Amino acid sequence: MAQLNMVKALNLALREALAEDNDVVVMGQDVGQDEGVFRVTEKLLAEFGRERVIDTPLAEAGIVGTAVGLALYGMKPVCEMQFSGFAYQAYHQIEGHVARYRNRTRGRYTMPMVVRMPFGGGIRALEHHSESQEAIYAHTPGLQMVICSAPRNARALLLASIRHPDPVIFFEPKAVYRAFKEEVPDEPETMELGKAHVARVGKDITLVSFGAMMRATLEAADDLSDEDNIEAEVIDLLTVSPLDTETIANSVSKTGRCVVVHEGHRTCGIGAEVVARLVESCFYHLEAPIRRLTGYDVHFPYFAREQAFLPGADRIKRAVRETLVC
Amino acid sequence: MGSRSGSVDPDGWFFSQANMVFGTGDPDGCRRRLSTDTGGLSVVPRKKIKVADKLEYLQILDEKARVDETLDPKLDGDTLLGFLKLMLTTRLLDERMLAMQRQGRIGTYAPIRGQEAVQAGTAFCARRSDWMIQSFREPGVCIHRGWPIRAILQLWGGYEEANDVPEGVNDTPLAVPVGSQVPHTMGIAWGMKMKGKDDVAIGYVGDGGTSEGDFHEALTFAGVFGVPAICVVTNNQWAISQPRSRQVNAETLAQKGAGYGMDAIQVDGNDVLAVYVATSEAVAKARAGGGPTLIEAVTYRLAMHTTADDPKKYRSEDEVKKWEKRDPLIRFEKYLRDRDMLDDAMHEQIVSDCKAAVKVGVEEYEAARDVDPRDCFKYMYEDMPAELVTQLAEFDEALRTEGVTIGH
Repeated sequence: MAQLNMVKALNLALREALAEDNDVVVMGQDVGQDEGVFRVTEKLLAEFGRERVIDTPLAEAGIVGTAVGLALYGMKPVCEMQFSGFAYQAYHQIEGHVARYRNRTRGRYTMPMVVRMPFGGGIRALEHHSESQEAIYAHTPGLQMVICSAPRNARALLLASIRHPDPVIFFEPKAVYRAFKEEVPDEPETMELGKAHVARVGKDITLVSFGAMMRATLEAADDLSDEDNIEAEVIDLLTVSPLDTETIANSVSKTGRCVVVHEGHRTCGIGAEVVARLVESCFYHLEAPIRRLTGYDVHFPYFAREQAFLPGADRIKRAVRETLVC
Repeated sequence: MGSRSGSVDPDGWFFSQANMVFGTGDPDGCRRRLSTDTGGLSVVPRKKIKVADKLEYLQILDEKARVDETLDPKLDGDTLLGFLKLMLTTRLLDERMLAMQRQGRIGTYAPIRGQEAVQAGTAFCARRSDWMIQSFREPGVCIHRGWPIRAILQLWGGYEEANDVPEGVNDTPLAVPVGSQVPHTMGIAWGMKMKGKDDVAIGYVGDGGTSEGDFHEALTFAGVFGVPAICVVTNNQWAISQPRSRQVNAETLAQKGAGYGMDAIQVDGNDVLAVYVATSEAVAKARAGGGPTLIEAVTYRLAMHTTADDPKKYRSEDEVKKWEKRDPLIRFEKYLRDRDMLDDAMHEQIVSDCKAAVKVGVEEYEAARDVDPRDCFKYMYEDMPAELVTQLAEFDEALRTEGVTIGH
């Protein structure tokens, strides 16, 4: 066991994937010599060489588009988008081909590839560096939309994503990159995609979240326990598509109440899907309206306003208390 | 007569031979699009470069079927008759599909009449283990590579079964979003290089496609990584209603390759010999590690963009007539007859064989209507997620209760 932050944990998964499978290549802007804008690809170039850890031209559609060709030829590309806000320039390749090739060719050509992207706010950066657009990919059939929240699951999910036979969009909460360390097993560890994780057991209310918002959500849950004797069950979705309806529904069937927390916009966001599934699957267990605590339907503000914009523990606690008095 | 130097198009549409200049010899020629009245001041750039003049234009068999004997590859009879059979099958299938669209037996169709030589001349350069990456107007390539005619009809008939890539064929299915397949060509070629193979990837794009960002990013990668790819630009002069001149303010499309450090050549796309010679040289170079080549094949779309389009709205009949005289089949048949490789009886036999192949394809297509509607769920993921299992059950129930029919 080693104490690793998320950057080191992701780096470990990439190193393991490169070592175990010669078809895996890591490619993107600055991933080689510069070791990635957040250093996630640290020392990989030195260890695996420039044929496998590839500094590409600065061209997102080119990165993903050539990765489609590589995958067609039997490689397993792991692409890095420097920020999820730049990935729109590759979205037509993701929607048009990455997500579609298996179905288009009726199983003949698959897309065993991963597109990694740092997402979310909290790093005091320019416009286009802070948004959370997981819903776009979750809305795109044919993709798995995976979002890690802590070092151990980051490593396990990334390794599982690279080994996965179908394409994975892998979101990394950049606010968590170096926020804390966690025990990460030395032996390769994976987690099954499409499974949510019950991060905290409770009986009074279910809090559903993912990514960097998991920290605020868990902090709120601990405070509610200390301050109000409220025991919240906290679910970390980990994969937002396909969504693990069963785990959420089981919890809400037990607690009867739910608040969904995420940074992304509210309208047609992941929260909207969670609420819809809960209404479909456990309507008669609901004791109160389900709340969505999310980014507003405005563009993510420049960083002077970002702490005010992002849902924090206080906002979550207030929503929980309001839901419990219903 | 044919030529293998200087950059041209048959009419001087792009620029006239008379106006050709090299280097800085003729500032007026270089600057003709811009005002040259600069009041005696220098105008940047001070040293003009005419990229188009540095490109080679290859034509071996001109529209009157005159051959440049120094360039004639003198191919064996099987290859030459193979070109003819493929071009004729493509032409006959194209005519049949147009008729079938009018009869409602297939959906909207994008005809290829006039472009047969680009397809035959390139497809014959590939070996089995090479990859060919179509855009959406390459049925000739598909036929040569072993896709059944049935599959081509199924694609335009609305059946996913069209994309059951035949065993042993390494090709991609038709790509609808214009230009989006060019990065795939380069990625496949890059994979070949990574795995140390001496295979090549041959990919197609149209003149309109060269305006798409994907084309440019793909060429960027191809040049930087020196991949074994051939990018065939089928310049058929029209991107739906817009002429080649609306795609770029440059004299050729081939020179775009030069911008990315790629070798590039312009060929007469209605001359199957020129297309074949240029492509086979590019393929040999790529196999030997010499990197990518862009081939601009200058041709013409004699029919409409698709059956949903009326070209009379945007181009003249005279223009079409002029290009009809340059039909790749007319000149190539004459070439064969002049060499006593083809006579009326043989021609009749070949046409009859090609028609029979098309007929079989049509029959197979029309017999393959009994498909499972649920297949659209089946191939989405290796393991179907729980939500999709639920939705499939819902779909199943709807099919049972509604008695939905498949087809048209």
